[in-house]
Amino acid sequence: MTETTAIAPRLTAQPSYPEDGSDAAAPRALKYVIERADRTFRGVARGGGLIVLTIMVLVGLYLTINAVQAVSAVGIVEFVTETAWSPETNRFGVAALLTGTVLIALVAIVISLPLALGMSLFITEITAGGFQRFMRSVIDLMAAVPSVVFGLWGLAFLQPAIVPFSRWLSTWFGWIPIFAVDGVDPTNPLPNTSLFTSSTFIAGLVVAMMVIPIMSSLMIESFSRAPIGEREGAYALGATRWGMIRSVVLPFGKGGVIGGTMLGLGRALGETIAIYLIISPIFDINPHILQRGANSIAAHIALRYGEANSFSMSALMAAGLALFVLTMVINFTASTVIARSRSGAESEG
Amino acid sequence: MSIDHDVRSPHESIIELDESLRLEEFSEPVAAPSTTLPRLALAEEPEEPPKVVVGISRDDVLTIAGAAVSGLSVGVVLSLVLGVVPVGWMFFVSYLWFVAIYTTLVFLRDRGPAVRDRFWTVMLSSAGVVVVATLGLVIGFTLLSGQEVFAQAFDPSSGQAIWERFHFLTLDMGGVGPLAALKDGGILHAIVGTLIQIGVALAITVPLGITTALFLAEVRGKFARFVRTIVEAMTALPSVVAGLFIYAAIIVGITHEFNGFAASLAITVLMLPIMIRSSDVVLRLVPGNLREAGLALGASQWSVVWRVVLPTVRSGLTTAIILATAHGIGETAPVLLTAGVTSNLNINPFSGPMTSLPLAALEFVKNSQNTMKARGFATAAVLLVLVLVLFLIARKIGGQEPGKLTPVQRAKLGQRSRATAARMARNSQRAAADRTISPPGGEPAPAHAEPDPHPQSPSQQSTGDKI
Repeated sequence: MTETTAIAPRLTAQPSYPEDGSDAAAPRALKYVIERADRTFRGVARGGGLIVLTIMVLVGLYLTINAVQAVSAVGIVEFVTETAWSPETNRFGVAALLTGTVLIALVAIVISLPLALGMSLFITEITAGGFQRFMRSVIDLMAAVPSVVFGLWGLAFLQPAIVPFSRWLSTWFGWIPIFAVDGVDPTNPLPNTSLFTSSTFIAGLVVAMMVIPIMSSLMIESFSRAPIGEREGAYALGATRWGMIRSVVLPFGKGGVIGGTMLGLGRALGETIAIYLIISPIFDINPHILQRGANSIAAHIALRYGEANSFSMSALMAAGLALFVLTMVINFTASTVIARSRSGAESEG
Repeated sequence: MSIDHDVRSPHESIIELDESLRLEEFSEPVAAPSTTLPRLALAEEPEEPPKVVVGISRDDVLTIAGAAVSGLSVGVVLSLVLGVVPVGWMFFVSYLWFVAIYTTLVFLRDRGPAVRDRFWTVMLSSAGVVVVATLGLVIGFTLLSGQEVFAQAFDPSSGQAIWERFHFLTLDMGGVGPLAALKDGGILHAIVGTLIQIGVALAITVPLGITTALFLAEVRGKFARFVRTIVEAMTALPSVVAGLFIYAAIIVGITHEFNGFAASLAITVLMLPIMIRSSDVVLRLVPGNLREAGLALGASQWSVVWRVVLPTVRSGLTTAIILATAHGIGETAPVLLTAGVTSNLNINPFSGPMTSLPLAALEFVKNSQNTMKARGFATAAVLLVLVLVLFLIARKIGGQEPGKLTPVQRAKLGQRSRATAARMARNSQRAAADRTISPPGGEPAPAHAEPDPHPQSPSQQSTGDKI
């Protein structure tokens, strides 16, 4: 009799590993007995790590040491608040460059965030199988397209195509300060389109296309980690797909979205060639994003690096350092956000 | 690895042993050594559907099709027929109308949540379409705008011989002025420059990158975690800052002239973090039980890394290298600051300016002459094709998960295993024969033992036993 009860069919599938708190399913930590070959291997590997670390520290140190000369000549406060750039007359600062850089990056993020978010959700939630793999390759390919190709496209294709839209925007929404364009006459039947070229908006659009793959790949990674149990739970409770996305995928992937956006922001701040090709540099703070004239630290460095004098070189180094510090701060914040989030918790280690 | 499958079902794999290779039954109760053969006709394991897939009904299809037709018609009528909106806005108007009509149609049949679901599905899909279409536009535009230059290669009327028509890829711009016609000059100097610079950069990046990735993934520890943080920060290093660093440190400080090697170093600084991160990701995907199996067999950590981990991730590492190359080739800003501009071929990376493809494209386009601009677009097209080819190769190689084999690899592995099995069979027969011959008693050898043409010394036998 006891035997029959013992072989009664199980009504539910039981996990084959012990569940009662003894975490036998966790991977074991491997222990090695270290031999001579291993010591060499570990030494070489550690050496590789050390070299990479040295390169990075060297970049930071070199910029800082070289920047000191220029910054100490004008003082930190003036360096941060001055808009002009003429090291010859000792009047230079990053105020215009920095605001220009941030404006272009912000425009890029405002445009790319919805696109990247939608694209990532489209890939993880709507597509499946071979098409999904294809779409993921498209994202990777987009990341590999050289920036000079994006820049040429922006200059020769996008700019002529987007100027009418800029004009339309400034005509109807010119009362919003950032969309205003000085010197434009909406009633002029033959408008001066050159007012709208080489603007922050166009540079931002091109940069947006370049940061979408960086943002998307991180978002896709965090969305696809959303637990299947919770997804199916949401469906079982009668949620639609969008309901499931809102209640499971988005909260789970929040860290990935924020982190990805910040990584994209970091990349947008450092983008050089596309901006260099599109903008016409000015040294004023220009909050009118549709209007001709913008600037960015990276493009400015690419434009002025040839200046022979060591003092102006030092000034450029200081601008580079400002950009370096800005991207590092944003990047470290991003990695902290990702590591603390639920979707990023498993990625470390 | 297919070994994995076999571990789970050893009996099946023995059944599928080739008949001719089946081990002889031995008269003595010697445990016959055996190896597990990968099954050749291994059926792909059916992949479990990872999540609930929301299907689409015929009703949905019809609704979407109807709304799309309606949207297009409204766009055409408003812009082309009535002229109310500019032609450029036609698709935008069509899209808005499509979304409105589609939402209304769903609303007529379903309730709130379903309407929101369909609406957002359309929005998400639109984002995907917009991004893919933009990438298509970028690639298509670049390739098309180079056609003015490439068209002449296929234009027999120019009077040039067939090999001369490909001058764009086989000549440099030396002695070709800005006013020269398109049939003169080419970008050989930039192609060679790119190849040399990326070659030098790879020669530094690959060993250093893989070593560092091994440090992060295999050695681990506190210092490794710190290095990983630094590498992640390095990924965000603005390319122009890397260029500025090399310019100030190497060119202003040491060489006092532009050169290709400095450009390679700048590219290296930017490629290293990409290389390290993608190799690290690949290395961490190696299943822990493979490492454990190696260690359990008494291998040292280095042997496990060299014989188990690295072969397992070979395709992944190749992909990492190729993708890093694709990124490195496209770097423009650091090359602009370090390589210098020249129109002559220069094959010495240590002296004199050496232009690369992105830099040449940039310089051509900055020129005011239309022929130069055309050359610039053609150069960008060549660069893009190079990146595309690299990318496709990377996909082809890296399409598999680590440890998953292609049919060719599996066939090779099977061949090796069969050879091993045959050798083991021979060895055990010899061992059996030796056992029957060598004891001082001198029993007669069993009938099924093959006559051995080479009498065995004990040392040979011992090497034979080590499989």
